[in-house]
Amino acid sequence: MEKKESDPIKNERRNGISEEKKLELRLGPPGEAQSIHYVGLNNKINGAKRVWQETVVAKKEERKWLSKNAQNQYQDLSFTEKTVERVFPTSWSSASLHSSAFHMDTQKQNQQPKPTYIQYPSISRRLSVMAEESQQTCGCRVAEMQNSDKKACSSRPASASVSTATAEPINSQKRIAVAPVVGWPPIRSFRKNLGSRNFSKPAPKSPNETPKAGSDGEKLVNLEHHMFVKINMDGVPIGRKVDLKVYDSYEKLSFAIDELFGDLLAAQRDYSAAKKENKVGDAKAITDSLHDSGEYTLIYEDNEGDRMLVGDVPWHMFVSTVKRLRVLMSSEISTLRLTTSQDEKTPL
Amino acid sequence: MCLCLCCVVFIFLILIFYMKMMMGSSFPEEVLEHVFSFIERDRDRNAISTVCQSWYEIERWSRRRVFVGNCYAVSPVILIKRFPDVRCLELKGKPHFADFNLVPEGWGAYVDPWIEAASKAYPGLEEIRLKRMVISDDTLKLISKSFKNFKVLVLSSCEGFSTKGLAAIAADCRNLRELDLRESEVEDLNQSSGHWLSRFPDNYTSLVSLNIACLNSEVSFTALECLVGRCPNLRTLRLNRAVPFDRLAILLRRAPQLVELGTGEASDLRPDVFSPPDVFSNLLGAFSGCKELKSLSGFWDVAPGYLPVVYPICPRLTSLNLSYAATIQSSDLIKLASQCQNLQKLWVLDYIEDLGLEELAASCKDLRELRVFPSEPFGAEPNVLLTEQGLVSVSEGCPKLHSVLYFCRQMSNEALRTIARNRPNMTRFRLCIIEPRTPDYLTLEPLDVGFGAIVEHCKDLRRLSLSGLLTDRVFKYIGTYGKKLEMLSVAFAGDSDLGLHHVLSGCENLRKLEIRDCPFGDKALLANAAKLETMRSLWMSSCSVSFGACKLLGQKMPMLNVEVIDERGPPDSRPESCPVEKLYIYRTVSGPRFDMPGFVWTKDKDSALGLS
Repeated sequence: MEKKESDPIKNERRNGISEEKKLELRLGPPGEAQSIHYVGLNNKINGAKRVWQETVVAKKEERKWLSKNAQNQYQDLSFTEKTVERVFPTSWSSASLHSSAFHMDTQKQNQQPKPTYIQYPSISRRLSVMAEESQQTCGCRVAEMQNSDKKACSSRPASASVSTATAEPINSQKRIAVAPVVGWPPIRSFRKNLGSRNFSKPAPKSPNETPKAGSDGEKLVNLEHHMFVKINMDGVPIGRKVDLKVYDSYEKLSFAIDELFGDLLAAQRDYSAAKKENKVGDAKAITDSLHDSGEYTLIYEDNEGDRMLVGDVPWHMFVSTVKRLRVLMSSEISTLRLTTSQDEKTPL
Repeated sequence: MCLCLCCVVFIFLILIFYMKMMMGSSFPEEVLEHVFSFIERDRDRNAISTVCQSWYEIERWSRRRVFVGNCYAVSPVILIKRFPDVRCLELKGKPHFADFNLVPEGWGAYVDPWIEAASKAYPGLEEIRLKRMVISDDTLKLISKSFKNFKVLVLSSCEGFSTKGLAAIAADCRNLRELDLRESEVEDLNQSSGHWLSRFPDNYTSLVSLNIACLNSEVSFTALECLVGRCPNLRTLRLNRAVPFDRLAILLRRAPQLVELGTGEASDLRPDVFSPPDVFSNLLGAFSGCKELKSLSGFWDVAPGYLPVVYPICPRLTSLNLSYAATIQSSDLIKLASQCQNLQKLWVLDYIEDLGLEELAASCKDLRELRVFPSEPFGAEPNVLLTEQGLVSVSEGCPKLHSVLYFCRQMSNEALRTIARNRPNMTRFRLCIIEPRTPDYLTLEPLDVGFGAIVEHCKDLRRLSLSGLLTDRVFKYIGTYGKKLEMLSVAFAGDSDLGLHHVLSGCENLRKLEIRDCPFGDKALLANAAKLETMRSLWMSSCSVSFGACKLLGQKMPMLNVEVIDERGPPDSRPESCPVEKLYIYRTVSGPRFDMPGFVWTKDKDSALGLS
């Protein structure tokens, strides 16, 4: 699987540090285009900004290790077992510190502890596990990250940890300084991302939600100022959330939904079909049809459990009764019974 | 009172011994055994076992509770040989810094061999408590099958297992009383055969404590509700985020006898939108009905509007953990905390701010433990108005405060001195100034004098964590005054080996020392090699200890395991003077371990140390 580096990094950084134990693939120096993920930590050691993580020795001369060789080795390092096996056996005698940067904190998906001597193969196996896990990322960036995992809000977003600091200061977040340090400040992983959800639910976070702890922007504090409802779309396995308080008319809502699913479907089109449940081919058609107004229908489920067509009642009344939304392809309407019925309660 | 009892027992024992000496006849073993049963502390039991051979024998046969602080310090074989009839086993595995991802994956701490051995030797085993260990589903299954009277399973910060293992425990441990997964990592396997909670048989009613707060997976509410409903002795229930806050009322009504509760997640709950007003009053009523409730935790994403539902129980609360409540800001925190006049333990985010802590100091006079966690630990600038002042206020206002964990961004020597003078009864003081090497913000000096005041005034200090700008001087103070200090955590501090030497030579009761990113090298370590045998363990990472020194230490000290943890490859592929990445030294009677991963080297590993 290829790594999707630059956008996911930025996006994840906006979302804040991903939670729990995750793949913390900390690699080299500035200039590394790929795989620059850092534990989101900032530190100014001795006033000087460190540009890469300092897990190993304090001695400055040790940093010479970042020779081209090491860097090249890392550029190859994608989340595949093959690559890992290539890296590990050769790396021991070469560049001194590079694998010190290669810390792996993985979810224990494959953890079968053996009381026997554990050799490199098991490390590489764990890496391949992490490789798979890295596909699962949390949040609304799922599609953009071309991740098809259904458990969008996976409890184990093993993707590269969001960096609040990177080798190159490409972030513009005012709160975050450069120079991450492993394990500092000394807080447990599950405390690192208190604002965000870190447990698996079908619907991921809305992009409208303010970023969580660790990233820039204000914290989501008062839920009263928002009103997030789930919105699913036919042909798209992963739903979104929209904040209805942001809009004051049906028109604006419609436009927003347009944009929301337009992006999603565009991203999905590039997706490998293996992990997707729905036909990829339809995505294009859906996208196209989205942009022609009137080709899709918006329905909602109200607080009484009934499914209603959006647009009948005044906006404020709609907002006060809506529980969730759904985008249907116009062609499906005729096959769908819009009123509540016990026997045909397909999930909205 | 316990101390009194021990004294009485000891006096009694001395009398018995005297009688034995004088009368020359031996005392019936049963009597001794009965007397010994009053002695519970390991230290005391160890002491009486050294009196004479027969007492040793009686004691070892009657020891029921064993605590192994480092699972590699002793082997299952040795344990079983000495204590043939153990009912409660407690083991700790990885070093503390594993909590902060400093110990690489696969380092060790596997409990499987222990349980394997116990399954044969201790069929009557009732309790297993593990901390920072790796346990597999197969082992959980083995537990459920091997110990018919199994009652308590506590997995603290453990990993390696999934809901499949939990299902086995649920299904087969008929006498289970406690299942506590605190802060462990559990994989969710989404069993098609049903949720693991529903594997508790219908006639299973003995649950007393259930802590699943760390579970990231969905929980079957029906199964949970049924379980809670049919276990009349349920005292502790810590839910995970899968349990919606509004359904809490249902559970509380089923178990109004609860003493400890951890709520689930509340993010979908918005009191002002379309949530029926019933929800609030329902919750309020349910909480009011819990007359025994003393401890609350959870509160993920609770809208502040819902906080008042717990007001009725606040006056009875002794323990409150709001450290996950990222949606509750200062004013609401203050409102809540100020109603808990009997609060003894508070864990909170730094949203409480100095003002909130001041209020706390005024309202909660019984406060004994305070932990303030950072809401944005990786932010460069402060996001809240929390400074050293908050801690000073609490130290002034709460006379019983003895345990502190405090994350902040600025500190001064003056504040530390004040805190030290206010609270000489401090036993655990852990201060984390978020930016390493931060000096006193008033004088720009190191914080040596401030921490020096802490160790000097707090004569019972057992645990200390340092931070900020510190020179060797602070270690001199610690070595001089920290006579009761048992655990010390050091990061980004010190100037030279002298610092380490002060600590190792001065702190007589030191058991655990963990150091990271300090310029400590070979000299202090080698000079104090003997000290290491009196300690449980020493961790040093990103320091300046050379591989050569490690080899030498390993050679000279056979009772120590000197583990070099280095992911760069074999240490002998680099010059001997090259510093090692990480070093973990611990005393052991069972020799080098056999489950070391590729990145760990000790003296008996042929490849690295090349010693005969």
